[in-house]
Amino acid sequence: MKYRHIKKLALLAAIILSGMASHFSGGINSYYLQIIIFIGINVTLAVSLNLINGYTGQFSLGHAGFMAIGAYVSAYLSTEHSAVLFKALGTNFFSITLLFVAVLMAGGVAASIAGLIVGVPSLRLKGDYLAIVTLGFGEIIRVVIQNTDAVGGPRGYSGIASYTTLFWTYSVAALTIYVVISLIDSTYGRGFLTVRDDEVAAEAVGINTTRYKVTAFVLGAFFAGVAGGLYAHSTTYINPSGFDFQRSIEIVIMVILGGMGSTVGVAFAAILLTLLLEYLRFVAGYEWLPELVRRIAQNRVIIYSLVLIALMLLRPQGLFGRLPRRGIPIGGSTKSAKLPANST
Amino acid sequence: MSATEFFQQLINGLSLGAFYALIALGYTMVYGVLRFINFAHGDVFMIGAFCGYYLTPRLLPHFTGWMTPLGPVAVLILTMVICALLGITIEKLAYRPLRQQPKLTVLITAIGVSLFLEYGGQFVFGADPKSFPELMPDRALPGTGALTITTTQLAAFIVTICLLIALTFIVKRTRLGMAMRAVSNNAAAAALMGVNIDTIVSFTFGLGSALAGAGGILYSLSYPSIDPLMGLFPGIKAFVAAVLGGIGNIPGAAVGGIILGVIETFVAGSAFSTYRDAIAFSLLIVILLFRPAGIFGRSQIEKV
Repeated sequence: MKYRHIKKLALLAAIILSGMASHFSGGINSYYLQIIIFIGINVTLAVSLNLINGYTGQFSLGHAGFMAIGAYVSAYLSTEHSAVLFKALGTNFFSITLLFVAVLMAGGVAASIAGLIVGVPSLRLKGDYLAIVTLGFGEIIRVVIQNTDAVGGPRGYSGIASYTTLFWTYSVAALTIYVVISLIDSTYGRGFLTVRDDEVAAEAVGINTTRYKVTAFVLGAFFAGVAGGLYAHSTTYINPSGFDFQRSIEIVIMVILGGMGSTVGVAFAAILLTLLLEYLRFVAGYEWLPELVRRIAQNRVIIYSLVLIALMLLRPQGLFGRLPRRGIPIGGSTKSAKLPANST
Repeated sequence: MSATEFFQQLINGLSLGAFYALIALGYTMVYGVLRFINFAHGDVFMIGAFCGYYLTPRLLPHFTGWMTPLGPVAVLILTMVICALLGITIEKLAYRPLRQQPKLTVLITAIGVSLFLEYGGQFVFGADPKSFPELMPDRALPGTGALTITTTQLAAFIVTICLLIALTFIVKRTRLGMAMRAVSNNAAAAALMGVNIDTIVSFTFGLGSALAGAGGILYSLSYPSIDPLMGLFPGIKAFVAAVLGGIGNIPGAAVGGIILGVIETFVAGSAFSTYRDAIAFSLLIVILLFRPAGIFGRSQIEKV
C-alpha cells in the first residue's frame, strides 16, 4: 500500500475512533473529559504553530491571538445568530452539526484573514523582530477584543453553547496533523523547508519565498482559529485575558519541547505538557511534600521557564527535532566563523 | 485641549519617556554588541524596582541630618550595582554558552530567562502588588502656574540626564567604551586587535542592566504600585523605543523613548485611552514596515 493511502486511512481511522470515543464518553468524569478535550485542542494549536515556527522557520509569538479571533467569531455567531438557522431547520442533531461546522469554519477563516495581515509584514522581518511583531499583533488583537462591547469587552463572553465533543476535537486534531504532514511531504511543501533552511538559496532556485511564508501564516492561523472555536464551545465562557502572551508562550513551549519541525514530536509534547500541568495541580495539594515543592508546583510558569532554558542549553533541537543544517553565531554573519563577526 | 492641558500632557509624556529611554538604552547596547534582543531586560527593570522596595527602609534611616538627600542616591547606586551584577550573571549563565548557536535558540532562552525572573519573582516577592516606599517627598513644585511638575518628575529628569551624560562619557571617552564600539562595529576585527569580547559583553550587560535598575526606581517613584510582572510591558515598549530610534544607536534610544512616552501619554489622555497598550505595537509595526532602520539608524545591506 502506498504511503499516502496509509495517511488517508489513518485519518479516517482517527475520525471514526474519535466518533466512537465520543459516543461512549458519557460515563467519563466531566473533569477528565475536559482535560482530554484540552489535550486535543492543544495538539491542534501546537501542530499548526509548528507549520509556521518549525517548518517555515518564521518564529511567531502570537498564536493565542489567532486562537482568540477564532474563539470570539465562532462564539459570537453561534450565540447571536443561531436562531435563524434553528427556526428554519428546527433544533435537532443535523441543524446543530451544521451550525457548529459553519461557525468553526467562520472562526478559522476570520483567523486566517488575521494570519494574512500578520504574514505580510513578516516578509520584511526576521528572527527576533518578527517574534516581537507577532507578539505585538497578538496583544493588539486582545486589546481590540477588550474594547469590543458586543462580545462583553473585559468582562468576557459567556453563555456559549457547549457543542464541543471528543469527536469534533479529535477529528480536527487528526485533520490538522494530516494536512500539515501531507503538505510538508508534497513537492509543493518542500518549499516551506527551503525557506527555513536558506532563504537566499531558495529564492535563487526560483522559490517564491513570500508566498510560502504567507501560506504558512494563513494555514497555521486557520487551524488555530478552529481550535479557538472548539475551546470556546467547550468552556462556554471566554475572556480576553485567557488569550494573552502567556498562552502564546505555552503553545511555543509545546513546539520547542517537541522539536521544531517534527509534527509527531510536537503533538506528543502537547499531550505531555497538558497532562503534566494538570498533574501539578494535584502535586500542589499533596500534604506530604515539602512546602517549597508544593509552592513551585502551584506556579507552573517557573517550571516552563526552567524547561525552556534547560532545553536550549542541553538539547536545543527539542525531544524529537533534528539539528539545523548550519548554525549562525550570535553577532555573526551567515558565514559562520569561530569568532562573532558582523556583516558590515 | 487647552494650551495648559497640552503642556501638562507633554510634561507627563516626557517623564514617562525618560523611563522608556533608560530601559531602551540597555536593549540598544546589547543589540549593538551581540545582535540579539535581550527579552529579559524588562525584568531587570522590575528587579530594580524591588531592590528599591527592600533597600529603602533599610538604608534611609542611616541618612539623617545634612546627609538626608544622599539617602535616595545611595539606594539608587546600590540598586544599579545589584542590577548590573544580575545582568552579568544572566549573560554568563544563560547566553554565553549559546553564543555560537543560532539566534533563535538564544531568543528562546531569553524568553525563558524573562519568564523565570517574572514568576520566580512572584514566588519570592509574592504575586500581590506592593506599594513602593516614599524614597523622597512627592510634591508639586511651586511657581509653575497652572502646570503641575512634581518633585519626582523633576528627579527622574535630572537622574536620566545625568545617566545619559555618564553613559555618553563612558562610550565615547574611555578605553572600555572604545572597545565596546569596536565590538559593535566588527567583532571579529576587534578580537584580532586584542579586544577581549567576553569582557566587553559582560561590561555591556552590566551597564545596560544598571540603567534598567535605575529606571525601575524612578518608575516606581511615579507609579508606586510594583509587582513581579510589571517589567513585561515597559520592557516591550522600551524595545519599541529602541527600534524607533534605530536599534544599536545610543542617542536614538533616548530620543525614541521620549517620543514613545509623549505619544502614549497623549493617546491615554484622548478618547482612545483604552487602546493605550496597543499604541506601542502599532507604532512598532509601522516603523518596521516603512523605516526598519529607525530614525537615526542606517539601513544595512545583508551580504550573502
